Amino acid sequence: MNFRTPTGGTIDRNTLLHFTFNGEGFTGHSGDTLASALLAHGVHEIGSSVKFGRPRGIVAAGSEDPTSLVQIETPFPEPMLLATTVELYEGLEARGLAGQGRLASISDPARYDAKHEHCDVLVVGAGPAGLVAALTAARSGARVVLVDEQNQAGGALLGVDEYLDDRPSASWVADIVAELKSTPGVLVLERTTAFGMYQDGFVLALQKRTDHLGFAAPASVARQRVWRIRTKQTVLTTGAHERPVVFPDNDRPGIMLASAARTFLHRYGVLVGSRAVVFTTNDSAYCAAINLAESGVDVPLIVDARPEAPARLATECAARGIEVRAGQVVTGTEGEGRVTGVHVAGATVACDTLLVSGGWNPVVSLFSQARGKLRYDAELGAFVPGEELGSVRVAGSATGELDLASCVRQGREAGSAAVVAAGFSSRGQVPLPVSDSRCTSRSGLVLWRVPGDEDTSFVDLQRDATVSDVLRATGAGLRSLEHIKRYTTIGTAHDQGKTSGMIAAGIVAEALGVEPADQRPTTFRPPYTSVSFAALAGRDRGALHDPVRVTAIHPWHVAHGALFENVGQWKRPWYYPQPGEDLHTAVLRECRAARSGVAMMDGSTLGKIDVQGSDAGKFLDMLYTNMMSTLKVGRIRYGVMCGVDGMVIDDGTVIRVGEERYLVTTTTGNAAKILDWMEEWLQTEWPHLDVHCTSVTDHWATIPLVGPKSRDVLAAVAPDLDVSNEAFEFMTWRDTQVAGVPARVCRISFSGELAYEINVTAWHGLAVWETLMAAGAPFGITPYGTETMHVLRAEKGYPIIGQETDATVTPHDLGMSWAVSKKKPDFIGKRSFARAENQRADRKQLVGLLPVDPSVLLPEGAQIISSDHLPEPPVRMLGHVTSSYPSAALGRTFALALVRSGHSRIGETLYVPVSDALVPVTVTDSVLYDKEGTRRDG
Amino acid sequence: MQLIPCPWCGPREEAEFHYGGQAHVAYPSDPSALSDEEWAQYVFFRDNPSGPFAERWSHSAGCRRWFNAVRDTRTHDLLAVYRVGEPMPEVAS
Amino acid sequence: MQLPEHPDFLWDDPEPKASYDVVIVGGGGHGLATAYYLAKVHGIRNVAVLEKGWLAGGNMARNTTIIRSNYLWDESSGIYEHSLKLWEGLEEDLGYPILFDQRGVLNLAHSLQDVRDSVRRVNANRLNGIDAEWVDPQGVKEICPIVNVSPDVRYPVLGATYQPRAGIAKHDYVAWGYARAAHAMGVDLIQNCEVTGLETAGGRITAVETSRGRIAAGRVGLCAAGHSSVLAAMVGLRLPLASHPLQALVSELLEPVHPTVVMSNAVHVYVSQAHKGELVMGAGIDSYNGYGQRGSFHIIEQQMAAALELFPVFARAHLLRTWAGIVDVSPDASPIVGLTPVGGLYLNCGWGTGGFKATPGVGDCFAHTIAHDKPHPFNEPFTLERFTTGALVDEHGAAAVAH
Ligand SMILES: Cc1cc2nc3c(=O)[nH]c(=O)nc-3n(C[C@H](O)[C@H](O)[C@H](O)COP(=O)(O)OP(=O)(O)OC[C@H]3O[C@@H](n4cnc5c(N)ncnc54)[C@H](O)[C@@H]3O)c2cc1C
Ligand SMILES: [Zn+2]
Repeated sequence: MNFRTPTGGTIDRNTLLHFTFNGEGFTGHSGDTLASALLAHGVHEIGSSVKFGRPRGIVAAGSEDPTSLVQIETPFPEPMLLATTVELYEGLEARGLAGQGRLASISDPARYDAKHEHCDVLVVGAGPAGLVAALTAARSGARVVLVDEQNQAGGALLGVDEYLDDRPSASWVADIVAELKSTPGVLVLERTTAFGMYQDGFVLALQKRTDHLGFAAPASVARQRVWRIRTKQTVLTTGAHERPVVFPDNDRPGIMLASAARTFLHRYGVLVGSRAVVFTTNDSAYCAAINLAESGVDVPLIVDARPEAPARLATECAARGIEVRAGQVVTGTEGEGRVTGVHVAGATVACDTLLVSGGWNPVVSLFSQARGKLRYDAELGAFVPGEELGSVRVAGSATGELDLASCVRQGREAGSAAVVAAGFSSRGQVPLPVSDSRCTSRSGLVLWRVPGDEDTSFVDLQRDATVSDVLRATGAGLRSLEHIKRYTTIGTAHDQGKTSGMIAAGIVAEALGVEPADQRPTTFRPPYTSVSFAALAGRDRGALHDPVRVTAIHPWHVAHGALFENVGQWKRPWYYPQPGEDLHTAVLRECRAARSGVAMMDGSTLGKIDVQGSDAGKFLDMLYTNMMSTLKVGRIRYGVMCGVDGMVIDDGTVIRVGEERYLVTTTTGNAAKILDWMEEWLQTEWPHLDVHCTSVTDHWATIPLVGPKSRDVLAAVAPDLDVSNEAFEFMTWRDTQVAGVPARVCRISFSGELAYEINVTAWHGLAVWETLMAAGAPFGITPYGTETMHVLRAEKGYPIIGQETDATVTPHDLGMSWAVSKKKPDFIGKRSFARAENQRADRKQLVGLLPVDPSVLLPEGAQIISSDHLPEPPVRMLGHVTSSYPSAALGRTFALALVRSGHSRIGETLYVPVSDALVPVTVTDSVLYDKEGTRRDG
Repeated sequence: MQLIPCPWCGPREEAEFHYGGQAHVAYPSDPSALSDEEWAQYVFFRDNPSGPFAERWSHSAGCRRWFNAVRDTRTHDLLAVYRVGEPMPEVAS
Repeated sequence: MQLPEHPDFLWDDPEPKASYDVVIVGGGGHGLATAYYLAKVHGIRNVAVLEKGWLAGGNMARNTTIIRSNYLWDESSGIYEHSLKLWEGLEEDLGYPILFDQRGVLNLAHSLQDVRDSVRRVNANRLNGIDAEWVDPQGVKEICPIVNVSPDVRYPVLGATYQPRAGIAKHDYVAWGYARAAHAMGVDLIQNCEVTGLETAGGRITAVETSRGRIAAGRVGLCAAGHSSVLAAMVGLRLPLASHPLQALVSELLEPVHPTVVMSNAVHVYVSQAHKGELVMGAGIDSYNGYGQRGSFHIIEQQMAAALELFPVFARAHLLRTWAGIVDVSPDASPIVGLTPVGGLYLNCGWGTGGFKATPGVGDCFAHTIAHDKPHPFNEPFTLERFTTGALVDEHGAAAVAH
């Protein structure tokens, strides 16, 4: 059947759009929503309810609708949208839901983004009050943003046939929108819902940019955009939602809000039925009855719960053959699926539609999110803004004023007050329109429900929560609305109780014999309407999600087949497998090269901080456990840093570049943290110190050149440098030319071998690397990655901060008492070493472990126990394996471990549970290779 | 997301800042003279009031300066900001 | 699935009496559980739970309900595993359908160091008698097919720890189960009753001042979670705690896609799909101290970005509701449960982002502590003194796993 009116509405009757619903083909027009297009074909049943499987229809015409949940299948599946907010497009496929949506199993190809906007006045809601507010603000020269969730401005006017100043309201709206859009500094955003209101004028709004285009949406345009609006002043003109009345069997499709029927008629040219009964507590539904009757719908009856019907409207109804019965209520309905009759005063009135109006709830969600206090308005039966909020004003029906004249007046006042508060002078008065509406008075009766079968009197149609659920909750002793909401689940569905919340509060108050005013309303939480996860993630996806850092030499590593490890934000070569090699064989090869020939790695990710100033030495003495001020220019010292709690936080070498200048290195992952740490101390504790810190990590490319043959390779590329052991001692540095570019070469070693760390500006990094590779070729130079670095240092017992340590380890635990100054009166962490826990003999200490079977590789992270059989849990654990490798140099496996009283257990046999076996291990000193340090000089 | 008025740069988005906890907790002049209890107070114990709280912020993605603020922890409203070394301003709570 | 029916009667709303043997401050999960075990195990029934708002309306009503016991250190596994064992019998014990669902928890590892830390924790857990497994990326995929285990993402999943006995429960029902059972044993549950002062005499607690008048008390147990510092300050006690906003969110109802619980610290997100079908998610704390029960939205945005990296199929799920609680974060991410320098005043706080799972365990142990004026062995390590001696139980250093 066709329920489309011959004329009217803002749809484009010249475009025919094809779509399917539950597999059946339909047509509609551009300008339709899925809901209006279905109603135009007489389809009211959309889905079924989540708990009882009862059919569910369309209750409201907009985003407050509690029932018309659909799943969109094309162009891409999206769950849980409201048919009333899905704009129709060619090729739309949708189906009704039973309260649960389905996620697509493939990834979403659409783009999403975010945009920042700053303005003087933000107006939320482009109804009459909002339009006047925005225009008032715009005319005074303020930067104004006007957002509205609809695809066109007009708000409540879109759903009525009112004339303003003797012309159709649409024309009044169009004029204002045109002026706004042509005023510089004014931004009008359609299809944009302000969904969250935060502090300091921060408002988030979601704009649906291409959803309505369906398959025609250009892939290059972000589908949805989050507007991050920072505004000085806000005017909330968010309107009011009509609320129903609860009565038995109030959930049948065909039962809808009176205002929705008007909207479908006036905006979409759709009749919601053939024969409609109206049940109301106030005047506004009379207009729905009259409009429908004038459009050819049979409207036999208005049931007005008030003792007396409004005389003038009743007369108008009589003239149209509509019977008005005052002092009566709808006590039930009938029908299989869609409603076929309503019960009034013991009789059944046949109908296919029941329009309900129980009054209006101002939309106060954003006001409440902004922490505005609400006040119960007993006449309205609803919560309204209860206080003035500094920079947030409310106008229009969101305040509870329902007639147009008051709404636009408030809009103008709020707009003008907002611009003045934003520092502008309000210029001229926007003329206020006069409406011809017949039904705007707010005199209504507050009626929450009609007594009757409580099990079928639905309060929350989406959650299938009934009056009996509410009464069970109060009967169970619950008093707080928050408890009752949770007990009944009312207001927790996708609509967040927009139409049900107030009614639930009213029914609770009735049940408890208190006034709704005595109750604290449940909190409105963002978002106002649901927002897709992808929209919130925006562009923070894939490659843009925490961008990767790579070194200057990275392309070479990629070209040479390196596998990479994520370290902090960096990609570091992990190892360079040759054909047929796995991790272990590659690493053994790389280690062998470093210990017997020459090898090199890309160490550029190491954090580097340039510390300058006359107090630099004094400052570093406080940060490091050892003494840095005594370091001579030209020399290098290894240092350890602790937190105030005495636990190791970082380590690295410190180079004294000049009298007042040091270059500090940090671990790769901690570079930023250590710079922050330094700046925090300098700025907040020791601002009198003359010290400046600059991160120079990215300025340098750093290449450790390692192995007995490293001297030969260096000599080949650094002709100016005397590389002899005597001229260039261990723990010193030289500025020279390497591969023809300025370089700083440090003689330090993290492997125990003769080694040089070559630093050049990052710009030259790749070239120098390639030159070194070429110069080293005769010696079989081998690039190595982090894994080999880890093995080499572990053989020497050097800890890796973050691997051997876990924020519970002191320098002493690591066997590094030698790096803790006894001379310095203080340094950060020192005092903590004197605490009871630090004095315990059974602290966990770093040791080496040699599996008794030299071919057994202990898993890193394995625990260590003392008994040779596994007792019942809980088993006392002595510590754990921090690092474990096969070693080419040792010809066997080995491990480092933190073990209770480890330093005094050297020589003991302990056990490591691995799967079901216990692996015996011998505790050793942590230095397993070249304990005497004979190799570092080559 | 709040606007935090950096005393050097002016109001900026909260996301640009790093939080530093209670302000005016000076590093003890001689930690070795403190008892374990006193030292623990310095290391671990901080005021945690519900109401105005003098605290440290650093404009880490901006000028990188540390500064102090008085903020009401109930509302998160910033009542005052001031530079390191300046005394805590009087604020109406 | 449909939620079970609640009982027809939960509790009533008594006027406070002039005096109680034990007053519990804070009617969250911990306060209610403590009252329950005081009455049930120790026969102490002249007990009041004082709650400033509505019962269990604080963090108990706001958490993401993850329950697990796979913590690193022995001290932690002791109390959390004790708790998990109690969870396993709780539905029967309380006679309340709390929807305790042992669907397992995956803690993802995204870097080689994450892997080491995870394996370490798994091994420690096993020796402590806690079920724990290390699963490789394929194993992760088998347990939770929607996790993106492709090696080509920013933070590839290198594996995960898995605790099969871990899971979720319905937080309100847990609180209400305890409340109902405590009430049935004679405990007074007093709502809208804010404690505004603690009265002492001769170094002992004697009474609490409240918004509903003075209430004398033989012993007082503080279970005020985010407000613990404020209460302790009433007797001049300073705590090593910072109260931070912690946010969470839910989606609309969706057909089942997510059979377990997934947590990832590196990318800062954790997700489960609750019984009705909504995705429940949380992230890290907001950085600043705050009692406002609201956080900053950029935290939610970051969390969404992180979630989509791990679960691309969530792209078109919708955010329905966000909220925040106030969590009391301690320096070592472990709680403080035990005696105080004031006689008869007991402290239970510092559970931060992870105390829901401890509800039965700490309720039992704290009741024991109050009843015996002596810590239960499971909470003995969690003293306030540990911050002086340095005997911390540092749960973020090694494994860095919140919740
Ligand atoms: C968003 C979020 C997610 C979380 N997720 C998890 C999780 O997945 N797993 C997990 O294990 N934990 C989680 N937690 C932590 C967990 O919720 C808390 O650790 C735990 O609930 C704290 O114990 P409680 O239930 O007693 O606290 P609460 O429920 O907060 O109870 C404290 C009560 O004390 C009351 N109170 C405070 N001051 C006073 C006073 N002066 N007088 C009277 N009453 C007072 C408060 O109103 C409150 O009701 C999460 C927390 C949050 C906020
Ligand atoms: Zn700044």
